[in-house]
Amino acid sequence: MRYEDILSQRIQNLNPSGIRKFFDLLQEMEDTISLGVGEPDFQTPWHIREAGVYSLEKGFTRYTSNAGLMELRREISAYMDRHYHLSYDPETQILVTVGGSEGLDLAFRALIDPGDEVIIPVPSFVCYGPMVEMAGGVPVYLEMKEENQFRLTPQELAPLLTKRTKALLLPFPSNPTGGIMEREDLEAVARVLEGTSVMVVSDEIYAELTYGGLNHVSMANLPQMQDRTIVINGLSKSHSMTGWRMGFACGPAPILAQMIKLHQFGIMSAPTTSQYAAVEALRNGDRDVVNMREEYDGRRRFLVSGLRKLGLSCFEPKGAFYVFPCIRGLGLTSDEFCERLLLSQGVAVISGSAFGPGGEGYVRCCYAASMQDLTKALDRIGAFLKELKP
Amino acid sequence: MNIKLLHLLEEDCTLTTPQLAAAADLTEAQVEAERTAMERDRIILGYKAVVDWDRTNLESVTALIEVKVTPQRGDGFDRLAKRIYQYDEVESVFLMSGAFDFTVIISGRSLKEVAHFVGERLAPLDGVTGTATHFILRKYKEKHLVFEKLPEQDKEFIFS
Repeated sequence: MRYEDILSQRIQNLNPSGIRKFFDLLQEMEDTISLGVGEPDFQTPWHIREAGVYSLEKGFTRYTSNAGLMELRREISAYMDRHYHLSYDPETQILVTVGGSEGLDLAFRALIDPGDEVIIPVPSFVCYGPMVEMAGGVPVYLEMKEENQFRLTPQELAPLLTKRTKALLLPFPSNPTGGIMEREDLEAVARVLEGTSVMVVSDEIYAELTYGGLNHVSMANLPQMQDRTIVINGLSKSHSMTGWRMGFACGPAPILAQMIKLHQFGIMSAPTTSQYAAVEALRNGDRDVVNMREEYDGRRRFLVSGLRKLGLSCFEPKGAFYVFPCIRGLGLTSDEFCERLLLSQGVAVISGSAFGPGGEGYVRCCYAASMQDLTKALDRIGAFLKELKP
Repeated sequence: MNIKLLHLLEEDCTLTTPQLAAAADLTEAQVEAERTAMERDRIILGYKAVVDWDRTNLESVTALIEVKVTPQRGDGFDRLAKRIYQYDEVESVFLMSGAFDFTVIISGRSLKEVAHFVGERLAPLDGVTGTATHFILRKYKEKHLVFEKLPEQDKEFIFS
């Protein structure tokens, strides 16, 4: 059977992530320290887990409504208002999704007709481009630069807008760079979008994790952009709930109606147990969020200053939980750097090239790891750099 | 005094100065100075390991003793507390509100040793009017540390 003749050409043409090989290598090695994975190292706080367990004890095991438990949508609405000053109607403007990823996928599929273009600033999360392609769209990559603090600038955006531009993706706070957009940055981008009908899909999954007194600002906070922005968020990073797969999408009612339709056909409803846990997380979990943020902030300072002491130039991340040091000038590509660091010292970091154009010359180090592990990792990276420049 | 530094040390006193400096957003020199001052002012009393003796082959017994006393004129409870806490086997002494006055926690090698302490040292003290000894059967958690080794989910390397 020649499956390649049967399988969808479009799906076969999607590039698989090269990172799999690297992770296979990592899996085989012992005594490794991984700054590779992008998920919190904290366990979900017990009161949240307990709420999930309790919902099972009570026998709450059926589907919920397609858009998600009304109780949860009300909590999401209150949370978005309390944390980000965004107002959404739980009846028509909020959808509970299976992680932030599903929300992104639905947003693209709800917006894109074949051939529509979506502008994707890179380096960023690997899934955006493939999601756009799966929806029949064309990803148009925009390389953000360190000299602009990995922000999206209007000068770079304007020339990429065409008649086919359907949406702009905003990946802030950024995985992998840690870059953020402040209000004036967003206003400048909004001015470029004036007079167009380009929608904004804003992936704000790291919104709780901003540092240095800078609070997250959403594109939807700009009055002129609120009805053109779909906000994707979730509890994976903020409440350390990656495995629960709890995300949500908020936006204009007509768009959400289409997304809910897609979600109904593809998913039915997000997992019920997770939804009950999420109610507890949003109702009583603000303190957890603050505690985790403070903890990450300390590790962020530790890793940034540690890497700089080793002589690596290191953009100061203002959000998420990644540091994105520059490794140019060491005579290695990012892929080579990562593979040799792993083989020589057992430290896993992710090649910047995995995050699209613009990532070459950098590596991503995740600081959702204990201080002890970060210390060991820094020692070993130091030893590796000495090997390179004896 | 630096509250953040105290919280960090209370949670893990093995953190190094550079780790503490980053976590508390201080310079390393500030961390050293703050720490010295807090030790001098007895805000930090000491640094100790939490040990699970049940994992060793050493027999040990811990008891929590409720003690009722008659407060003494002029000294209240303090003088009596001092007479109790100076015994080496006494781990902790707390003055309590409610039905009894002191909680005394003591550790000994055996039941007999603890019984001896209560019968021969504690109960006969002037001012002590009654004791109730509760032996600890199993420790589950102490100082935020769980004694049992909890299972860990297998790490999957997911690219996200």
